[in-house]
Amino acid sequence: MTIEFETPKPILNQQVMLKTVAENMMRSVSREFDENEHSIPWDYVEFMHSAMRAMGGNGLAPRESENGKESSGKEKHPPIGYQLIATQIEALSWGDLGMYHCLPGGGLGAAAVYSAGSVEQRQKFLARFNEEKPTFAAMCMTEPGAGSDTSSILTRAVLDEKTNEWIINGEKIFVTGGDKSFTEYEKLGKGFIVVWASIDLIAGRAGMRAFVIESGTAGVKINKLEKKMGIRVSDTAAISLVDVRIPFENVLGSPTVEKTNTGFKGAMATFDATRPLVAASGIGVARAALEFLKEKLNENGIQIRYGLPRQKLSNIEREVIDMDIMLKSAWLMVLKAVWMADNKKPNAIEASMCKIKAGDVSTKITQKVVEILGPLGYSREFLAEKWFRDAKITDIYEGTGQINRLVVARQILGYSGKELR
Amino acid sequence: MYSFEPNEEQQMLMDAVGKYAENDLRPAAHDAEESHALPKKLVNKGWELGLLQASIPESYGGFGERSAVTGVLALEEMAFGDLAATLAVQTPSLFATPILLAGSEEQKQEYLPKIVGGEWSPYTAAFIEFSFDFDPHALKTTATLNDGEYVLNGEKVFVPFAKDAEAMIIYANLNGVTQGFIVPANTAGLKISDEREKLMGLNALPMYRVNLDDVKIPASNRLGGASGHDFDLILSSMRIASAAVAVGVANSSFEYAKNYAKERDAFGMKIAQKQAIAFMLAEMRTEIEAMRLLTWEAAWKLDNHKEDACVEAYLAFTGSVDMAMMVTDRGVQIYGGHGYIRENPVELLMRNGRGFPMLLGLAIV
Repeated sequence: MTIEFETPKPILNQQVMLKTVAENMMRSVSREFDENEHSIPWDYVEFMHSAMRAMGGNGLAPRESENGKESSGKEKHPPIGYQLIATQIEALSWGDLGMYHCLPGGGLGAAAVYSAGSVEQRQKFLARFNEEKPTFAAMCMTEPGAGSDTSSILTRAVLDEKTNEWIINGEKIFVTGGDKSFTEYEKLGKGFIVVWASIDLIAGRAGMRAFVIESGTAGVKINKLEKKMGIRVSDTAAISLVDVRIPFENVLGSPTVEKTNTGFKGAMATFDATRPLVAASGIGVARAALEFLKEKLNENGIQIRYGLPRQKLSNIEREVIDMDIMLKSAWLMVLKAVWMADNKKPNAIEASMCKIKAGDVSTKITQKVVEILGPLGYSREFLAEKWFRDAKITDIYEGTGQINRLVVARQILGYSGKELR
Repeated sequence: MYSFEPNEEQQMLMDAVGKYAENDLRPAAHDAEESHALPKKLVNKGWELGLLQASIPESYGGFGERSAVTGVLALEEMAFGDLAATLAVQTPSLFATPILLAGSEEQKQEYLPKIVGGEWSPYTAAFIEFSFDFDPHALKTTATLNDGEYVLNGEKVFVPFAKDAEAMIIYANLNGVTQGFIVPANTAGLKISDEREKLMGLNALPMYRVNLDDVKIPASNRLGGASGHDFDLILSSMRIASAAVAVGVANSSFEYAKNYAKERDAFGMKIAQKQAIAFMLAEMRTEIEAMRLLTWEAAWKLDNHKEDACVEAYLAFTGSVDMAMMVTDRGVQIYGGHGYIRENPVELLMRNGRGFPMLLGLAIV
């Protein structure tokens, strides 16, 4: 090993293509879909799906071959699966954060299957994303009474031993892509939602499991799609589950409650994998905003004089330089976290730290950009105000900045959840 | 490829330097500051770790090759121990590294073997000037070419070990461009203050003012010879070195504060169990990591001659300066009233933590 910052070839190769997509398929319709909340950007969805299929991709799910497992005989290349995904997400979020969430594929639902499911389950549930029609999956964690405190969810799953089926009851909210994953659309393949539920409420975290519920399953109802500050093109569903019956083998991980809290750990392991990716998306939005600001400053003859001592810089120059520092360092933290994931190094602390940093950076930069641009920033004529609204979510979902601070603090202090509440 | 793991050699060096920082520098930092004296043994021991020697090729008496990445890794480790001692150990580098990076063949042969071949010896550099808007690219100290000689005029401050220095590099403004000039001790017109500099921190490090009153040196003493040199490369190496040192100092304060917070009782629990304190620590750790990585990347870009290496070094330096202040301030805050007492290490670390914007040029990799 060594310290190196050379962008790997496969990542470089995709950059140009991703930028073209971001500019021509996303930016061009950003405003339109922001103003027509809940309409599905079919052109983009279908284009992205066929493009990913043409490249032999499997959505944005990590591929075994990229994780160095299938390279027998040949010289082993270091695995870069998560690095590829993080850079893709950053680039697409630079285009439009909401539309990035409309990218066909498994999203967080598949990520849960990937990290908490067995090999058979991965094969069974993940194959669909490479079929002819674009297909979605979603993760249902949050409930009306349980946000960041995921261990207090009330949705429960009971095994009906006669039929060998799980019966699930509960309420889920803030399900990203829930509509596209569950509602049957002619243009979409059959998706699924992954529902986190307890098989033993008294066992607390130890009783938590994830269940795959196929689209169209009886008892599942999408009650509403939320109206949001930003990422309006991405649907956010509220879902109720009433006596939903699913096959026994749709539980991810062990079906019984052991003393160890493997279920909760499964959810947390998912977060270790996905937090850096959410961080990457925040950085994409922030980069969009900062680049736009620089463009506007440039048009107005303002050059940033890198290299001058601060005492000689104008206020705008200082602000821009500080934003450069935030953005670059946050991105490096994301890269380190995904590099660790690729190399199977435990990355809980790095995953949470990069999420803290990226959440801060994306909100601060987009807020600052709107401020510096003045009326141009606040006007809906440009996208800066939209990026401001979009970016805020990155400091909230997939663990708020505060929850991630708690995770980091516990790690560095060596405290349990009981010792540091 | 991206990779965030030091290689084996670097790791061994980091371990050795880390041990020195932990076992030798940390216990000595307080007394050195209070008594305004660094034990010579301490500096010699740091010198023997061979940071500079390992960056000079064998042909010039060293045993390695310069790597900015290795340099920042080792410097961070050492600065974790103590800032003043680190800068003292580093002082000969202020002279040798610019010569390695930008010197003429003759300059390299004349000085490098002498410096790295033996014990720590006082070679230094004079860079900083006493003005609020000190700008590396607009120095007030001037150099003019006159009859085949350079004539230097001006004033430099914060010059470590100037009193004993056998030679120093003096940076001056030559027709609007910053250039280094090699000035041996006892050159006519070179006046070194009797008294040491008195600063908010760094009192263990002997620093002096240097006055230049028509100091005349042969044209061949210009760094790089007749055609001079690219100053930005040297400046960038100073910036990433400062950034690495800032990360080390911040990390030291963070570690002290973290351990203290786990021991200190209040309201029936450890203060680290309060989110108000725990969140501060999480943020400190996060910002340290952010600037560490930015510094690594800047160093890597310098090593690999990337086009934006100098901008990146500037960003790493600028960001680390803020980070070091934020972290060392919080180190004191977490200690509460005890943090304000000089007996506790976070106090000195906070004074040191403010120094980085004005101490550029006191470290180089």
